[in-house]
Amino acid sequence: MSLSQAETVAVVPEETGGSLGREAWRRLRRNPVAIAGAILVVLFVALALLAPWLAPYPPDKPVGQVTPTSIPGPSAEHWFGLDDLGRDEFTRVLWGARWSLIIGVVSLLLGMAGGFLLGLLAGAFGGWVDSVVMRLVDMVLSVPGLLFAIGIAAMLGSGLDAVMIAIAVVNVPIFARLLRGQMLAQRRSDYVLAATSVGVRRRRIVFGHILPNSLTPVIVQGTLTLATAIVDAAGLAFLGLSSNDPSIPEWGRMLADTQRYLSSAPLLAVFPGLAIVIAALGFTLLGESLREALDPKYRR
Amino acid sequence: MSTPTDPAVADSPKTASAGAFPDGSGVSGEPLLSVRGLKVHFPIRKGVLLQRVIGHVRAVDGVDLDVGRGMTYGLVGESGCGKSTLGKAVLRLVEPTAGTVRFNGADVGGQSPESMRRLRRHMQMIFQDPLASLNPRQSVESVLSEPLRTHGFAGNRSRRVRELLDLVGLPAGAAARYPHEFSGGQRQRVGIARAIALNPELIIADEPVSALDVSIQAQIVNLLEDLQDQLGLTYVVVAHDLAVVRHVSDVIGVMYLGALVEEAPSDELYAQPLHPYTIALMSAIPIPDPEVEERRRRILLTGDLPSPVDVPPGCRFHTRCPFRQPTRCAEESPDLREMRPGRKVACHWAEEIAAGTIRAAASAHDPTATEVGTPSS
Repeated sequence: MSLSQAETVAVVPEETGGSLGREAWRRLRRNPVAIAGAILVVLFVALALLAPWLAPYPPDKPVGQVTPTSIPGPSAEHWFGLDDLGRDEFTRVLWGARWSLIIGVVSLLLGMAGGFLLGLLAGAFGGWVDSVVMRLVDMVLSVPGLLFAIGIAAMLGSGLDAVMIAIAVVNVPIFARLLRGQMLAQRRSDYVLAATSVGVRRRRIVFGHILPNSLTPVIVQGTLTLATAIVDAAGLAFLGLSSNDPSIPEWGRMLADTQRYLSSAPLLAVFPGLAIVIAALGFTLLGESLREALDPKYRR
Repeated sequence: MSTPTDPAVADSPKTASAGAFPDGSGVSGEPLLSVRGLKVHFPIRKGVLLQRVIGHVRAVDGVDLDVGRGMTYGLVGESGCGKSTLGKAVLRLVEPTAGTVRFNGADVGGQSPESMRRLRRHMQMIFQDPLASLNPRQSVESVLSEPLRTHGFAGNRSRRVRELLDLVGLPAGAAARYPHEFSGGQRQRVGIARAIALNPELIIADEPVSALDVSIQAQIVNLLEDLQDQLGLTYVVVAHDLAVVRHVSDVIGVMYLGALVEEAPSDELYAQPLHPYTIALMSAIPIPDPEVEERRRRILLTGDLPSPVDVPPGCRFHTRCPFRQPTRCAEESPDLREMRPGRKVACHWAEEIAAGTIRAAASAHDPTATEVGTPSS
């Protein structure tokens, strides 16, 4: 960030004041990257939610004639052309957004919940609880994320549940470590000492002081994790670890299914691939600008 | 609503102490705060799995001090000498390694968590960095009502909050605002309001003005003095700024490397410092008179502050002392002894230095000064 930008950011919050959240919101609105990310995310979520109404054709039935050698490309009736089984590709990409969102959100929430609990335990109690939790976390983190997810998904048997659980488990230690680190840092801060010296009870210190001031990076990480969850879900599906049901249009699986036709119908790989990139990009841009907006280093 | 019906007000410090400590100790001539042999050592660990303790940071290394009711005790020393840790250990915000702290006759170290929590009401702290000492997500109203809520204040909390704001010179409208919306001085006022919210007897002020602009410092110092008069507070003021400490303190303790090296009534300490370290500190204060300043003899300390991990044997100051003698200093640790009534000093040779029979070594002082002794009194 250039100096001049930093300075304009610095002047703005003083004008009207307000809580930290409102200031962050103001900074966020002025950041073009945040706007771009937000537009992509809103587009993705809207398409995902409205897919059943927006999609021109059913996602699981052939709507045109195809043979392995002639797969019609984009046309006025079929914007993205037909896939290898004669289904409308545009419809399937739309429905794919829906599945990506569901898988992404569910696995994120599961992973966050698990990480939150472990991080809270470690951060609130410290001592041996902290040591045990953190060694567990270290163990899980020592295995590359996607590899670990593949292992879990394979162990659980293929299916959407398996994918969601696998991605969630991979993210648990990330959230746990993040929250724990934040809480430990806050625990040593002066305002926690001040609360202690005023006689505030331990529980109230943890939940009223330490936790609220530790959540910001967790929220940021959540936004960023949604992007990786979508990519990971596609990756697992690509490897055949997702649902066996061919009628479920899942971007990763669509990519895998079109491999054989890469020479005759390369666009069939481009559309779902592009969709994955755009969805992941949207959440990443939004997450990064959230981090900037909420980071106290950018304030003042 | 009349004031006496407010429990926090009716339950004045004196009655609270009498009730809390039925043996009646501490009520009469005894000091409000009495610290004996206080040590705070932080272990230094090494290793990943089996963390071995390889040493200790001796932040506070055996401190005795007494603070009488209504007094202001100033604690000065270089940064890193353990004065802040001492302040926190007195309030048990840092757990002491050894020693006792008696507050109003009650052993602070021996309290159960719940009775400690109740005792905290009577002893509060003001922090150095006012912004860091306030939760950024708490409005001032919430900051100030939290201690009231915690201790079951039965009166009208928001009225009390306004009363507190008024006491520290902030407008009532400040209650709805957040810490980052204030200036440094205003934030410190909020911190002070929080500290007095429960009508404490003792306030430990850890560098209360060092993070503030010079122009604001005087205002805050004056506020602290006004509050002391109005509320009958006892202060321990930790600071490295000798001018601030001199202004507010009745008694000053000089700390070096975790221990008190000298303790004296404020005026006497400035008029005639006895410990070589204090002498060096005092000689560093510029005098606002060009002629005197010109003739002023300065003693420059050589070398760095030794690490509190590795405190020098013998007198802890002997590695830098301009008055060091070939005997005793490197071998024998001097006790803080009462040289004359009210004057305590931890130096084997304090009498000789005061009498001028021992002079500072040439290498250790300003080359332009030819002679360094005690300032003539």
